[in-house]
Amino acid sequence: MVKITIDGITTEVPKGTTILEAAESVGIRIPRLCYFKEINEVAACRVCVVEVEGANRLLAACNTVCDEGMVIKTNSRRVRNARKNNVKLILTKHNTSCTSCIRDGSCALQDITKEFNITGQVIENPHEKLNWDLSEPLIRDNSKCITCFRCYNECHKVQELTVWSILGTGRRSYIGLDPRRGDLHTMCALCGQCITHCPTGALTARDDTARFYEAIDDPDLITVVQVAPAVRSAYGEMLGLPKEVATEKRMAAAIKALGVDYVFDTNFSADLTIMEEGSELLQFLGERDGLPKGEFVEGKRRGDFPMFTSCCPGWVRYMKLKYPEMVPQLSSAKSPQQMFGAVTKSYFAEKIGVDPEKIFCISIMPCTAKKYECDVPELQDAAEKDVDMVLTTREFSRMLRGVNVEKLDEIEFDSPLGTGTGAAVIFGRTGGVMEAALRSAYFLVTGENPAPEVFCDMGPEGRSAGEGRPWREAEYKVGDAVVRTAVTSGLANTGKLVEAIKAGEVSYDFVEIMACPGGCAGGGGQPIHDGEEYAACRGSMLDRLDIESDIRYSHENPDVIALYDGYLEKPLSHKSHELLHTDQREWSL
Amino acid sequence: MNRLSINNDSKTVIAMKGLLNDRIRRSHVAPAGNCPVNMCASYARQCLSESCGKCIPCKVGLERVAELLEEVEDGKGTPKHLTDIKDLLESIRDSADCAIGFSAADDLYKATQEAWDDLESHVNKGVCNSVVESIPCKSGCPAHVDIPGYIALTKAGRYADAVRVIRYDNPFPASCALVCEHPCERYCRRNMIDDSVNIRGIKRSAVDGAGKVDPPECMPSTGKRVAIIGGGPSGLTVAYYLQLMGHQTTLFERRKKLGGMMRYGIPRYRLPDEYLAYDIDTILSTGVDVKLGNDITDKEFNEIKHEYDAVYISIGAHAANKLGIEGEDAEGVLSAVELLRAMGDDEAPDFKGKRVAIVGGGNVAMDCTRTAKRLGADVTCVYRRRQEDMTAQPEEVLGAIAETCRFMTMAAPVRIETDSDGKVSALIVQPQIPGEYDRGRPMPVSAERDEVRVECDIVVAAIGQKIDSGAFEAAGVPTNRNRISASDDTKVDTEGLIFSGGDVTSGPSTVIRAIEAGKTAAANIDQALGFNHRLPRDIEIPYANAKIPPKTGRINLPEREALDRAGDFTVIEGRMTDQELHQECDRCLRCDHYGMGSVRGGRESW
Repeated sequence: MVKITIDGITTEVPKGTTILEAAESVGIRIPRLCYFKEINEVAACRVCVVEVEGANRLLAACNTVCDEGMVIKTNSRRVRNARKNNVKLILTKHNTSCTSCIRDGSCALQDITKEFNITGQVIENPHEKLNWDLSEPLIRDNSKCITCFRCYNECHKVQELTVWSILGTGRRSYIGLDPRRGDLHTMCALCGQCITHCPTGALTARDDTARFYEAIDDPDLITVVQVAPAVRSAYGEMLGLPKEVATEKRMAAAIKALGVDYVFDTNFSADLTIMEEGSELLQFLGERDGLPKGEFVEGKRRGDFPMFTSCCPGWVRYMKLKYPEMVPQLSSAKSPQQMFGAVTKSYFAEKIGVDPEKIFCISIMPCTAKKYECDVPELQDAAEKDVDMVLTTREFSRMLRGVNVEKLDEIEFDSPLGTGTGAAVIFGRTGGVMEAALRSAYFLVTGENPAPEVFCDMGPEGRSAGEGRPWREAEYKVGDAVVRTAVTSGLANTGKLVEAIKAGEVSYDFVEIMACPGGCAGGGGQPIHDGEEYAACRGSMLDRLDIESDIRYSHENPDVIALYDGYLEKPLSHKSHELLHTDQREWSL
Repeated sequence: MNRLSINNDSKTVIAMKGLLNDRIRRSHVAPAGNCPVNMCASYARQCLSESCGKCIPCKVGLERVAELLEEVEDGKGTPKHLTDIKDLLESIRDSADCAIGFSAADDLYKATQEAWDDLESHVNKGVCNSVVESIPCKSGCPAHVDIPGYIALTKAGRYADAVRVIRYDNPFPASCALVCEHPCERYCRRNMIDDSVNIRGIKRSAVDGAGKVDPPECMPSTGKRVAIIGGGPSGLTVAYYLQLMGHQTTLFERRKKLGGMMRYGIPRYRLPDEYLAYDIDTILSTGVDVKLGNDITDKEFNEIKHEYDAVYISIGAHAANKLGIEGEDAEGVLSAVELLRAMGDDEAPDFKGKRVAIVGGGNVAMDCTRTAKRLGADVTCVYRRRQEDMTAQPEEVLGAIAETCRFMTMAAPVRIETDSDGKVSALIVQPQIPGEYDRGRPMPVSAERDEVRVECDIVVAAIGQKIDSGAFEAAGVPTNRNRISASDDTKVDTEGLIFSGGDVTSGPSTVIRAIEAGKTAAANIDQALGFNHRLPRDIEIPYANAKIPPKTGRINLPEREALDRAGDFTVIEGRMTDQELHQECDRCLRCDHYGMGSVRGGRESW
């Protein structure tokens, strides 16, 4: 412990505590801007500076560690002067078109400008020209970038892709794509974590809300919405709604209120995914002795490597970018979003007797990579576009600003694609797909339901695979067979797991990966809370929904049973393959 | 009003002179990797500020050049910008009235021509090829040693950990503590405030304080075998890291002892045996199989190639350049390599009471001069240029002068005279004057004066070394003017996994450059053998100090008194006291924490 004095308060803090953390421990909040706990402690913005007795310069509170006997002033004239000037300097380089900025209201720079009571135009501001293809799912506008390095470090440390480079030097230094290294298509998983960690509007997901309204306004189109599990855990945050108000059923009502014809649930197709992927897993386990081992045979699945889940397009992109030789190990099952689109434009179209091209299929997703996925040519099997467009949770919430959600009565999702089980809803957090798959695989093999909690070691609180192994692992007895499983989220963690598998240090049968830390609950399309991570608390909301569900096994979903009985016959049938599976090798980036 | 007055600088002029001096100090450490377009533009602006404003090319032209460069830097450049810059600089160079304008244009013209690819890259691709240096000393060190890390550890009294941190990138902490040319110090950001941190001096204290420190445990054996030919710093570095990575190395050394030029080039008064042994013993303790007295022929090389999974050639540069003058083969003429090799094998020649002339102005010439002095000779160092043109480090020259070695500069040897027995009797030199510049130094030109006779019994030619790569060339290893041709990754473009580095590929260079080659080769050999072994970085570095001491004098290492030391081979240089060490460690600005160091984040394994 070291003894320090902050603004006259004497306290003791553990060795290694930063001034910023120490101040917080005695209730003093030091303003900060570029800082993001653990990910970005680089002291670039110089907003968190404090005065330390005996030091000739002001020191950054975010990355200066407390020394024994330090006497710190967090609010002296020198400190206030430097902080205010530094924010003003940032504003001289910032495109302050705040009223029309997507981050108006959730912008850290805006907050600090207000906090310091900086008003009026500071200095004439000839900001950067926007130099970006606006049709990309992920957009960088350097006129709003304050070079805080958060995106760089998030991508570098947490996702280990290093899409963003620090380019140029001196006054011309900036963060962007280094064309010598590649472009978004050849480097980026499109996970959107840089967006959710950006303090300003420099990084955004493409806004597709205009297209949504066009579709609603088109009298010839039947609009169908699917909404992903993780969305229900977060849509109320930007609206300031308490959890008790922002329920699943009120979300269904809100979507209806926007004017769509059918409100369905991606939980339905998550259950369907389990039926297909679970069956594929059992088939893989049965066939694996006959599969090649030891080295990669082009385009062939290897029997000594696991099968990987494929519902996360960020992860699928990562696999294709970094480990193209391992792509056959991915499950051929499409993601729940794409399965939903394919079923809507075949089974549902037939059911209501309309031309599939007259249906406009909209997803609401916690994800930016889904915007990419719905456009992948290899995934269109029921119509020209199986899923026509994707809105993020943020876009959805922004549209709801014009709806008085609080006053809406709860409604049920529409039928026949609106039922989901507890197994489906946990798709929205890390480990959920694995748990759901194991629940049904166990039933398919033994004919009996396992207790749903049996597989909870795969969840966020589950058993770690050991030091230096940022993933969870377990072995489960399914019938006579033992299934060895592993789960991780975040791409740096993923890289370590895949490398360990490749090196033969570990061996599994089935592995679940989600690109975003914590899974979809922490997705790149979710609401942004500056400086805070929300994945864990959203994940536990999803767990509660699972526990409260009447049905907790995908194979018991009545809508899914009806779909197989009346249309698909059985998992992995010819028709299923046509609509619900894809050839991962043909899907190129 | 009187006709004349004494000129006293005003407060402003004194302040501006100070600022210009600050600028000079800063420009010594300015990162050379920064945007070249920006650097040229700011150079043009600076020169413009010196312009008197009389002639148009300088006054208007330099500003236009600066503007054009800034537009290129801002991404608004077109190909026409580039041709305009070139044309304009040519015409300013040709037509400015005085040196302010024409020399500025000349400097910029040369610089932009050399950096033309970068200018084009800005215009055509919108890409700046500049590199941001995060930790200047670490980037400046060829082996990229974690300097702020080990300084922090030394300050904390964790000497053994400091040695471990150094060894992570450089297995010669003790030897380098005494003889490294410390390019790191040149880049030290502390130069911007006062003077660089005495990094090498701190390293010496860390090594002395640590005592014996075992190397980390070797990784499990891979069963791969690697042959290393030549046991100098580069070969030993490869051996050390490959052993740690689990490969079995065999080291073939031509001489009786290991160390290469560290033993057979550097005199003991600079690098005592026990320091060299400290490093070599640690390296060998990892299990290197050493075969001394093995001079590899082309036939043996071909056998080794087949017997081992990979081969590293690091035979150094141990052949001497010839003076090429009459009388060179006389008895009493020897090369620096011969003299220093004999010293390394404890077979010192008898120079007592003899007059010895050393020819040359490099570090090796200084080593010979000071060695001869210690052997009891009356020494004269003969050099054809000025003292300031010597490539030897200035402190070496000054050290030799203090030890009462004579220096005869601006004197080019023309022939060696012999007595009736065929023994050397004199070195005849032709006085020179400095002429036009060529590659940064004025060329010596014969003075219109008579030859001078330097009476002597021994002549030592210390005018550079050559590489004896004949055996390898005969075995089909590609060479270029005797240097083995290896790419920057140390791979030799020939069949099989043949790598090469150190003096044999670069020509005579420093110990730390040889270590750099060895480290590079170790990583690439490991990869070529199908592995990706990364040595763990498991030493926690103390937090950066919150308080940076103000302008404080650099502590230089003490040296033994000149006349006292000139008679023996005991090490010259002393070490810092604890008080000095603490102050010097405190001066470190911790660029691993402040500046880009914390953004680029973490201490990555190689």
